[in-house]
Amino acid sequence: MKRKLNILLLLLIPVIAFSQKGNPDSLKGLALITNDSPYQADIKNLSEFQKLSFNEQQRLQELEQEKILSKNKIRNYMMLGALSIFLLVGLILYRNNFQKLKANKVLELTLSNLKSTQTQLIQSEKMASLGELTAGIAHEIQNPLNFVNNFSEINSELIAEMKEALSKGNVDEAITLATDINDNEKKIIFHGKRADSIVKGMLQHSRSSSGVKELTDINALCDEYLRLSYHGLRAKDKSFNATFKTDFDNSIGKINIIPQDIGRVILNLLTNAFYAVDEKKKQSGDNYEPTVTVKTSMTHLSQGRGALISVSDNGNGIPQNVLDKIFQPFFTTKPTGKGTGLGLSMSYDIITKGHGGEIKVRTKENEGLNEDEAGTEFIIMLPA
Amino acid sequence: MKILVVDDEHDVKTLFEQRFRKEIKNAEMEFVFAFSGEEALVYLNKLEHEAVLILSDINMPGMSGLELLEHIKNKFHKPPPVVMMITAYGDEENFTTAKKLGADDFLTKPVDFALLKEKLKIKS
Repeated sequence: MKRKLNILLLLLIPVIAFSQKGNPDSLKGLALITNDSPYQADIKNLSEFQKLSFNEQQRLQELEQEKILSKNKIRNYMMLGALSIFLLVGLILYRNNFQKLKANKVLELTLSNLKSTQTQLIQSEKMASLGELTAGIAHEIQNPLNFVNNFSEINSELIAEMKEALSKGNVDEAITLATDINDNEKKIIFHGKRADSIVKGMLQHSRSSSGVKELTDINALCDEYLRLSYHGLRAKDKSFNATFKTDFDNSIGKINIIPQDIGRVILNLLTNAFYAVDEKKKQSGDNYEPTVTVKTSMTHLSQGRGALISVSDNGNGIPQNVLDKIFQPFFTTKPTGKGTGLGLSMSYDIITKGHGGEIKVRTKENEGLNEDEAGTEFIIMLPA
Repeated sequence: MKILVVDDEHDVKTLFEQRFRKEIKNAEMEFVFAFSGEEALVYLNKLEHEAVLILSDINMPGMSGLELLEHIKNKFHKPPPVVMMITAYGDEENFTTAKKLGADDFLTKPVDFALLKEKLKIKS
């Protein structure tokens, strides 16, 4: 019974002690109780035990706190680490960006240089092809001018004769002479206009394309450029000679195209064709007749009516390994300085991008035996 | 005297006919016209026994005037026709080649008809 009471007392002490934590008076009271008790030894052990357990608890608490602290520390370190990694990455990215911006500026400058060079090259290609034309044009103008001058002179003579006839009262003769004078005037006008259109054509050729489509007589255009390119080449190289044939379909009428652009394309194809046959002539015997043929006809395209222009030659043909490159800019088989390599690529652009048409090649190479079979044909298809 | 004029320009015919209308009227000269080298040779074959004077342009499509000259001088011997070259290309190379091939004279376009008439009168 007493023992039970003491145990109860013992149990109460920690409760009281705990509840009175930090309260010195209460502890004193506790001490008085414990001093009087006969079970001091027990109490002493118990208090030791409690001290120990309290210490143990404290220690555990401290451990916990340490654990938490170290956890926090780790967490902090990790966050710092992550932050510094991010900072580092950020710095690297920023530096890359900065360098890229610098590189971009250089690239932009290079690009604009290239663009202006390209424009210059295209213009010089135009000038080169214009130069090829000038000799032909000069020759072409010579003939009409010749007629204008000559017929004018003749007319002066005829008018003098007419005056004479009239003064003699020879009216019939005067009328005959007047008719002749009139016929001559018609020829003068015809040839004057011819010269005029040749010059206009030349100016158009040198100007940048207006980009405006107009109804044009394709046959007349082909004919004009055929003669121009032929005479141009003859003027440059006296030994050059070739036959040219035309096969125009008169039912075509006019189609909607940019005349100076299509003219440029035809000129390019003709220059290439004449070059090819001239090259072959230099290697061949007397039996070889260099021939270039220009054909036009009506055709049906997916978009409707269209015109077909074919420029063919009986030269050596185009080798297979060259065939896929011919439309590439700056590709040429001519010796250095002789060709810009821009003709076919410009022609390709004009036909496909400028007019929504097509340009195709058919070629057969010299097989040694069938010399007559070799040759190349360029076919242009233009929507009307 | 028969004169064969070879030039691919068709109006050359009208020009000559008018320039030489007096001579034609007086039957002093007779003109025949060919518009290509090939056509000219056809004519020459037909007129083989007649004295012909040939006035030829040099640059024509197909057979050039110089090629025609060569043919004429090689093929036709009795009587050998007189060949005068008329051309817009009045340069040394053409002149020398023409001379080498046996051309009797060389004129440049535009033709000085007064000069031509003189030369023809001498030849006839």
